[in-house]
Amino acid sequence: MSATTTSPSTTGAAKPSVHTGAGGVMNKRRGTIATVVMLLLALLWLFPLLWALYNSFRSYSYTQTNGYLSFGGWTLDNYQNAWSRGNFGLHLKNSLLITIPAVALTLFLSSMVAFVLARFSYRFNLTLLGVFLAANLLPPQALLIPVFKMFREIPLPTFMSESGTMLNSFWALILVNTAFQMGFCTFVLSNYMKTLPYEIYESAQLDGASVWRQYWQLTMPLVRPALAALATLQVTWIYNEFFWATVLISRGDKLPVTSALNNLRGQFFADTNLVAAGSIIVALPVLIVFFVLQKQFVAGLTLGSTKG
Amino acid sequence: MAIATTKRRSKGSTRRVEKRQSTRDRLVVIAMVGVPTLLVIWLVWLPALASVALSFTRWNGFRLSGIEWVGTQNYKDIVSIYPPFWPAIQNNLIWLVFLFVLPTIGGILIAVVLDREMRGSRFYQTAFYLPVVLSMALVGFIWQLFYSTDQGLLNAVLGTNIDWYGDPDINLWSVLGATSWRHTGYIMLIYLAGLKGVDASLREAAAVDGAGEVKTFFHIILPVMRPINMVVLVIVVIESLRAFDLVWIINKGRNGLELIGALVAQNVVGEATRFGFGSALAVIMMLISTVFIVIYLRIVFREERR
Repeated sequence: MSATTTSPSTTGAAKPSVHTGAGGVMNKRRGTIATVVMLLLALLWLFPLLWALYNSFRSYSYTQTNGYLSFGGWTLDNYQNAWSRGNFGLHLKNSLLITIPAVALTLFLSSMVAFVLARFSYRFNLTLLGVFLAANLLPPQALLIPVFKMFREIPLPTFMSESGTMLNSFWALILVNTAFQMGFCTFVLSNYMKTLPYEIYESAQLDGASVWRQYWQLTMPLVRPALAALATLQVTWIYNEFFWATVLISRGDKLPVTSALNNLRGQFFADTNLVAAGSIIVALPVLIVFFVLQKQFVAGLTLGSTKG
Repeated sequence: MAIATTKRRSKGSTRRVEKRQSTRDRLVVIAMVGVPTLLVIWLVWLPALASVALSFTRWNGFRLSGIEWVGTQNYKDIVSIYPPFWPAIQNNLIWLVFLFVLPTIGGILIAVVLDREMRGSRFYQTAFYLPVVLSMALVGFIWQLFYSTDQGLLNAVLGTNIDWYGDPDINLWSVLGATSWRHTGYIMLIYLAGLKGVDASLREAAAVDGAGEVKTFFHIILPVMRPINMVVLVIVVIESLRAFDLVWIINKGRNGLELIGALVAQNVVGEATRFGFGSALAVIMMLISTVFIVIYLRIVFREERR
């Protein structure tokens, strides 16, 4: 583990919130101004979520008679109504069935490519990295038509997809999300793997370890911090994915929760408190992931962006 | 959306010469690279090429025999007789410029202030990047609480009766306001990480030379962070080109909220499926983004080669 813990670049990226004040200390008056401005801005930033939370606990009839700027009318009914009307149980389950396999597959496939890119220097290395990275940056809308058409033509047995085709199946979303996210993960993981000391591979080779063993039993345990960070980030990204789910899934009961929002907006339109409760329900899984794994989330975002 | 410049290779990593690779090992390597590569080629690169080919055709998307070659007719139609195209281009440009002016500059300023010994810095950071974990669609949903005509907070406070999401004269700006909420935190995060990488001795040297903080920032810090600046540039361009979720959830990208991404989707999942025409729009998107992808890859590979 020494490679990952002593490398300044990786530790720096993993702990952005532990701060040493590289920017120096401000003088007192400017410090006070900065604190006040930051405090106000931070509260402004938190306000939309707090406002949603606040209104999600208030009854529609109370806010109708007293106006939205009132205080009171506490109830839990909005959550119950939103849950049943929005069919959140089903949609959250769909999201789970898409997100978990997609994240696992993305990390598995991209770690294999990353391993080969970091471990060997073939001539095609840069090209390959380019193929994956550029794919990650292409606007998905630009590929929509061929993908849509292709998925409609690919039959799946009914036990895999009730619709009988790739369209309207979770497989479509798992594969599309995986194909798109691999670029970022491959890039981050191969950079991370390059910081591992070459000597461990030399001795592994002397011991007769196969390439697969060097990947699975030697490298993967060593890059666990990066995998954890990427997993957290990918869970939020794929859970939040809206475009592909919207266009590839036309059956309402198959939609993941983020895209199901589209249907809900019409149903909830008249009742802002229901909108608030629905928003909180949808936000809750990612907010929990975020607060529990905050460090990993930030590390994941910054892993790719910092120069070592 | 990925962000990435690179970490430098550790020393000695260039001597990765392979000897004694058995046939089995070679096959394993081929499989490890091959399977993921085939997936990307199948679901990204082939569709990209197919979009280009389809853009020169007229096709309702049913039988393959129904494909009709029309040359550049789709492109001509798009720029001349397709009403939402120019508004979409304009809106995408406004989106781009706006993201640069407000969330990007705002995010950088916040990052610079937070990159100090400041009490509660962690709380502020959390507050700013909390929206980054939410989906853009959910952001639109939450901001409905401000923008709703009769029950929204804005109208209640201002005493007005404005349809913030519906009025074609202002809805783009309402949407951009909601977008900024999420985007600012994202930029702040990237810059905070970048600022942490700036050598402290640079600042000290500047201070010794008597440079003020503002001068130090513009003449020392920003130039040092050039790779980060470029990454942010690419992110903003690509994000604004891809923008889709918010407008789709509001009105499927019509009535003041036209965006190229939404127009492509309209031609496929709407009632009238015009695959050739939609593909031409898609190719226009792809061409614009290719310019920035190339810039981005050049930055990455320059670092990689070092």
